[in-house]
Order: sequence, then structure tokens, then C-alpha cells
Amino acid sequence: MSERIPVLRIGDVLLVSVQFDLEDQTVLNLQEDLAEQIVATSASGVVIDISALEIVDSFVGRMLSTVAAVSRVLDARTVVVGMRPAVAITLVELGLSLGGVSTALDLEKGLAKLGRPVGSAPR
Amino acid sequence: MTTPWQAGAEPRSYPIHRSSDLVHIRQAVRALSQECGLSLVDQTKMITAASELARNTLVYGGGGAVRTGLVGADARRGVAAVFEDAGPGIPDVEQAMTDGWTSGSGLGLGLSGARRLVDDFDLRTAPGEGTVVTIVKWVR
Amino acid sequence: MVERDDAVDLMGLLSVEGQDLAASWVSEVSGSLKGRIGRAELDRELRELYDALVEALGQGAVDVHAEQMSEVRALLTELSRNRARQGFSPSETAISVFALKRILEPALRDGSAENVRAYLLLGRILDELGLFTIETYTRTRDELITAQAEQLLELSTPVVRLWDGVIAVPLVGTLDSARTQVVMEKLLQALVDTGSEQAIIDITGVPAVDTQVAQHLLKTIVAAKLMGAECTVSGISPQIAQTIVALGIEFDGIVTKASLADALKLALRRSGVDLVAQQGALR
Repeated sequence: MSERIPVLRIGDVLLVSVQFDLEDQTVLNLQEDLAEQIVATSASGVVIDISALEIVDSFVGRMLSTVAAVSRVLDARTVVVGMRPAVAITLVELGLSLGGVSTALDLEKGLAKLGRPVGSAPR
Repeated sequence: MTTPWQAGAEPRSYPIHRSSDLVHIRQAVRALSQECGLSLVDQTKMITAASELARNTLVYGGGGAVRTGLVGADARRGVAAVFEDAGPGIPDVEQAMTDGWTSGSGLGLGLSGARRLVDDFDLRTAPGEGTVVTIVKWVR
Repeated sequence: MVERDDAVDLMGLLSVEGQDLAASWVSEVSGSLKGRIGRAELDRELRELYDALVEALGQGAVDVHAEQMSEVRALLTELSRNRARQGFSPSETAISVFALKRILEPALRDGSAENVRAYLLLGRILDELGLFTIETYTRTRDELITAQAEQLLELSTPVVRLWDGVIAVPLVGTLDSARTQVVMEKLLQALVDTGSEQAIIDITGVPAVDTQVAQHLLKTIVAAKLMGAECTVSGISPQIAQTIVALGIEFDGIVTKASLADALKLALRRSGVDLVAQQGALR
């Protein structure tokens, strides 16, 4: 039995904060849980906070892309927040650009991004 | 590529048999990278490369082991990791090193991506004889 | 193999009765350094070294790398490092050791065969110590140069805050791979530290870029995007624009502006700031 990461709900936004290095199975569990929760709560947005993560490899990177794609199909938007500079540099070097994933510097900016209508200019 | 393990610092070996082993390997490589004095970005690159290669060993090599430790050569210091499996080997190395090419379900960035993240990269393989990948990150 | 008797001979050579060899040594070295080091300081330095050397030889040391020589090596290291930092030349540093040979020459004039043998042996040890000094000196100078290069790198890549949420790196001078990498890391860290969602990389002061540098810039921009920030490149000269095209570097999806002012205007608009001229002001 591997661990599950709690998915919090604030209004119509689901919030996940990844606090430690994840086992592959935990990553897959999270991906499943999020899809289920989006449907169960009719959430319009998902924020994944990875500011505590010291590394993101292609497995976790793929999960982020998949969650973003799945949430789009379910009419919700996903924002990944708090990626560390060293992690960003490494992902670029690895060749992973997380296409289709929205990002924000921190949780506050991520929530603000979800609050804005799709496609509108930032205020 | 022979790995010049630093005198008095024998490399430690970690098994790669299930995906939870990857967490231990990342921790071990992180501890070594910090001890060696790699910059934060270089630490992150080394740990990520190790994670990618360990997953390759597990997924494509059917499991194996990694030896990791500090290395030194010509007054340089670095961290090295040697991934070894007795799997089917890689028939076409050039193809396997191409971005986006994968025989499994991955993104196909494992080998080529890992090579870009480290300073030294050495791949030895033959069909039916397993694969040995050695990587080194040197302190700048 | 060197006999223990030799060590005794060596000691004898260095401890001639009624003569203060250390004092002559200090005078000799002092002359060669033309008073650029205080006499008192030099006296202390060399006497310590002298005593340590006599002590080491007394214990039978005949090799610079011998265990008994560790005190001598430590003192010499300190001396060489100080000289390197104070800007003395390698010869001026090594002379401190070699001068001792010259001091001992007069003792040879009416010396016995044993004395000559001991002198030659001591000469060999002093030669090795001299080389050790130069090596330490060089290493110290290398460290100094590396440290200065790093400082220069830090100084030459400032990240400035132009507005709330807008930072910029004005790059001036030739970019090499190492420097571009430093800029990249500093810029990304500054995004986090200042909570800025807009970054401007101004290359007005950069005469030329090569493929590698352009790649680093591109990677920085993609990495910033992964973190949730947008980058604008400003001040691309016509030459650099041509280089980029000629090298076949993909600049797709990257926002470029002719001047830093244009880039700032765009960054402000993107962060929701409207610039309005005051009523009645001249345009």
C-alpha cells in the first residue's frame, strides 16, 4: 500500500501540495485521485504546488502533463506552482518543456491565474 | 570508461528491483552530491539523471543495481554512478540515444536526457548481455 | 639510504658555535626584498622556520615530504601564501629558502670532507624546499585569480528591479558559456526572490553571440516559463539578428523588442499596469 497525497478543496479549486520525494506509485495514485476529484467536486481548477520538490524527473513531469490534459478534458484548468529554478533548468536540459501546463511562481499567483477567465489579458 | 573511485571511499551498491528503490537511490546520490560540493543546479541535474537511469534499469533492464560514490582524477572531484542490469541489452544504441525514441511507454528522454545532464556518460551494451551505464558529474 | 649520522652532520652545519646563522639569513633575505617586509616580521618568520628545520633535521628528516618535516612545510606554506598575496614575485619568494644555502657557504671554505658532503645534502633538501615554496606560491596565485574571475562574473551580471514584478538583466560585453549560465541561474533565482512574473534580458551591450550562448538564453527563457514567468529579449543588434538567422537558431515563441524601453512597456502592460500621460502634459 503506497501513500496518497491529500487533495484539498477550496471553493471550486482543488489544491495539492507535494511535500516530499514521491514514489512512482504515489505519483500514479495522485493522477487518479485528481481525475476522480475533479468529477466528484465539479472543480474548475487544480493547483499543484511543487515548491518543496528538489527534483522533478520525466516520470513526475509526465504526470503533470497528463493531469493538465485530463483536467482540460474535464473542463478544469491546472496550474503548477512554485517550481524551483534548479528544477526548471534541469527539466529544460532533460528536454521536457511541459507543453500545455500552466505555471505560476507561487500559490497566490497560481490561484489568481485560475480566477481569471480563460484567454483574457491579465489585469 | 574506468571509474576512478576515490581512495578510501568505496562506492555503495543499491538494488533496483521495484520502483520504491528509486527513492533510496535519489537520496543516496543527493547525499553524495552535497558531500562532494556540487552546486545546487548540478546536484539537481545529477539526481535527476540518476533517477532516469535507475528507472531505465528497472523498466527496460528488468532490474539490476547501481554503484555510486565519490570519484577523483587530476585534482578534480565528482560523483559517479554505475547502473548495471542483465537485461536484453540495447540492439541499436544510436537509436536509443535519440530524443523521443522509446521501446517502452516512456517519453524516450531517459538515455539522451540523462546524457545532457551529466559531464561524462558511458554506455556499454550488447544484445542479450545486459547494459552498463556510467555517469559522472564533476565539481566546477 | 641516508644514515642517521648525516642528519647529525646537517645539524652541525646549521648550529655552528658562536654564530647566529639565522640572523645572517634574515639580513640576506631582507636585502633581497628591499625592505618591503618589516624586519621584525621577517625575523620572526625566518627564525621560526630555522628552528623548525633544525628540529626536523635533528629528528633525522632528509626528505621534504618526511613526517618530521610537517612543521617546516606548514611554515613554508604560510610564508609562500603571504608572499603571493602581498604581490611578491616567485623568485622573491623562493629566495627566502635559497638564501640559507648562501649563508652556509663560508663555513665550507675550511671545512672537512664530511662538511662538504653534509652541505651538498642540505643543499638538496633546500632545493626541494624552494620548489615546494614555488608550488605553494603558484597554487595561491591560481586561487586568487579564480576568486577574482568569479567576483568579476558576479559584478558583471546584475539583476535589477525595474518595477513591481518586473526585473531585468542588462548584459554588457562578450558572453561566454560560463557567464551566460551564471546569468541564467541568477535571473531565475531573482524571479523567485522578488516574485516577478516579467523578466527582460537586454543584450544592447553584447557585440556578438554564438550558438551556445543563444542556446543558453533560449533555455533560460523556457525555464522561466516553467516557473511561471515571461521573458522578453531586448536590444538585439542587426548583426546578432543576422547571426541568429544564419545559425538557424529557433527563436520561435520568444518575444523580442528593439529597445529596453519597448520591452519595459510590454512587461508593464502584461502585468496590468497602464501608462497614462497626465492631462495637459506635453506629449
